[in-house]
Amino acid sequence: MIHARGLVQTFHTGKGKNRKAVQAVNGVDLDVEEGEVVGFLGPNGAGKTTTLRMLTTLLTPTAGTATVAGYDVVTQSVQVRRSIGYVSQVGSTFSGAYAGDEVVDHGMLYGMRRPAAIARGHELFEQLQLDGLWKRMPKNMSGGQKRRLDIAMGLIHDPTLVFLDEPTTGLDPQARANLWEHIEGLRSRKGATVFLTTHYLDEADVLADRIIIIDKGDIVASDTSDNLKAQVSGDLVDLEVAGDNQVAIARDKLASISDSVEVEGHHVRGRVARAGRVVPGLLRDLDAAGVSLDSIEVARPTLDDVFLTLTGRSLRDAEADATPEGPADPGDPPYDEAGPDSGTTSPALEGADR
Amino acid sequence: MNTYLRECSVVFRRQIRMNLRNPAWVLIGIMQPVLYLVLFGPLLKPLVGSFDSGTTNAYTFLVPGLLVQLGMFGAFFAGFSLIGEWREGVVEAERVTPASRSALLVGRLTRDILQLLVQALILVGLGYAMGMRGSMSGVLLGILLTLLVGGACAAASNALALTTKSEDVMAPVINIVMMPILLLSGILLPMTIGAGWLQRTSDFMPFRWIVDGVRDAFVGNLDTSGVMWGTTWALVLFGLAFWWGTSVFRKENA
Repeated sequence: MIHARGLVQTFHTGKGKNRKAVQAVNGVDLDVEEGEVVGFLGPNGAGKTTTLRMLTTLLTPTAGTATVAGYDVVTQSVQVRRSIGYVSQVGSTFSGAYAGDEVVDHGMLYGMRRPAAIARGHELFEQLQLDGLWKRMPKNMSGGQKRRLDIAMGLIHDPTLVFLDEPTTGLDPQARANLWEHIEGLRSRKGATVFLTTHYLDEADVLADRIIIIDKGDIVASDTSDNLKAQVSGDLVDLEVAGDNQVAIARDKLASISDSVEVEGHHVRGRVARAGRVVPGLLRDLDAAGVSLDSIEVARPTLDDVFLTLTGRSLRDAEADATPEGPADPGDPPYDEAGPDSGTTSPALEGADR
Repeated sequence: MNTYLRECSVVFRRQIRMNLRNPAWVLIGIMQPVLYLVLFGPLLKPLVGSFDSGTTNAYTFLVPGLLVQLGMFGAFFAGFSLIGEWREGVVEAERVTPASRSALLVGRLTRDILQLLVQALILVGLGYAMGMRGSMSGVLLGILLTLLVGGACAAASNALALTTKSEDVMAPVINIVMMPILLLSGILLPMTIGAGWLQRTSDFMPFRWIVDGVRDAFVGNLDTSGVMWGTTWALVLFGLAFWWGTSVFRKENA
């Protein structure tokens, strides 16, 4: 569905002598197969939105090639646009227009006839729990409703490939969980391929079959969430031993399957790959050796652990690093990455669009 | 072509629907020329005979200038609503559809030109009511030139809006551009009563030729060099601004 080779995007920031090229995306290779749900994960400023905008024909790559839904993003941009749905992070509807009108007009720009667009719009409103909001203006909607309306806009022409850019940013936990259900429904109900960017680990974990991690413009990993976790850190096994004299035995037993055992009081901890497979054996061994446990805890590694192992920084630190040197670019909607032609607008308006 | 017209009309109808929800704009736009007509027109009455402008009727002299002014000023502010739409992601959502980039502009320009037509008819009607005399064909040509100028200014305003993406930048830019245009176009008083150097300077102002052209047309002289130059300049400005506007909508992608 998506095949990208060596995608590069270079922006220019600063003026005069300070003008310099910033490579937002350094040569990204991506493959997404039909029916997959792929999570594109990375800290703010890593190049997520820039990559997405190149794949959706909104930004011409500085170098490299990409085919999306079988068409080249540069030479066949119209066919690409016809095949994909795009839900941007800034929204897509005018605050003072009726929600239903916006969706119908959007469908008609895809070449749909008005009656077809109206019928499809009502169907989507129902599926996305927006019934009764056809004549509501977006400015009078909740954050969650507005995001669902954006998704309806992106789906009006029944695309087989849907791009979602940070779909749940800024939503409260309930609205997020609700939106997750709808995103899961995209594939289960429609068989759509979904490519979503996020900087929430739990979101990628819940929704995606496969996770692609981007950091500083480079892809650093691409695998299932489980494999990524197994590969880099293993599960944390924490045994609380009942008696003092049993701590050493427990430590030796755990050390036979883990090479990073720590002891702290009655607690014996170590990381093991695929704990589910080895812990039953461990428990039998401990039982046979007469060790009794007060508690046992097995914690799956989080994607935060994965990111830390891959890049040497935690996601949170990476976010702090990624704050661009200059003020955010006014030349583009308030995305998380610097946009093109930062250097062409006067400093006076920087941040004016926030 | 059929698809293209359909796309233009989808964009146009969407824009008109939003305008009709807030019709105050049309009235605010017409207020300024109406005030000039009512409050400044009488001041011209004793002077207009000395202008050598082909008419001794103050309103036949004033209305053409006000028409062009309406075309310029009203349309120059058209871009402000586009900044609001851009900020809410509407422009991006439209650009991600297969619709032609120039249809996104043409749909909006059609709205601006239609709005200008309504205002122009109100102004001309009011002019007639106050005693203006003008030939029907000349008035029609004058309105047509006004719509061309308005279309050019609206296209430029939309282009400027998507380039600056900030009302705070756009407002001063428009002010800086408008002042010399207003003063050097002979909208309120003819440039011919000015000093030689001022007349030479105004020769470089395309809008002056358009104002002169519309004035000649209203008087009924359709074959003057003024009408020819005015029409030429109106077409040239419209062509340039349209090209600029389309290229801005096309920008940032292939």
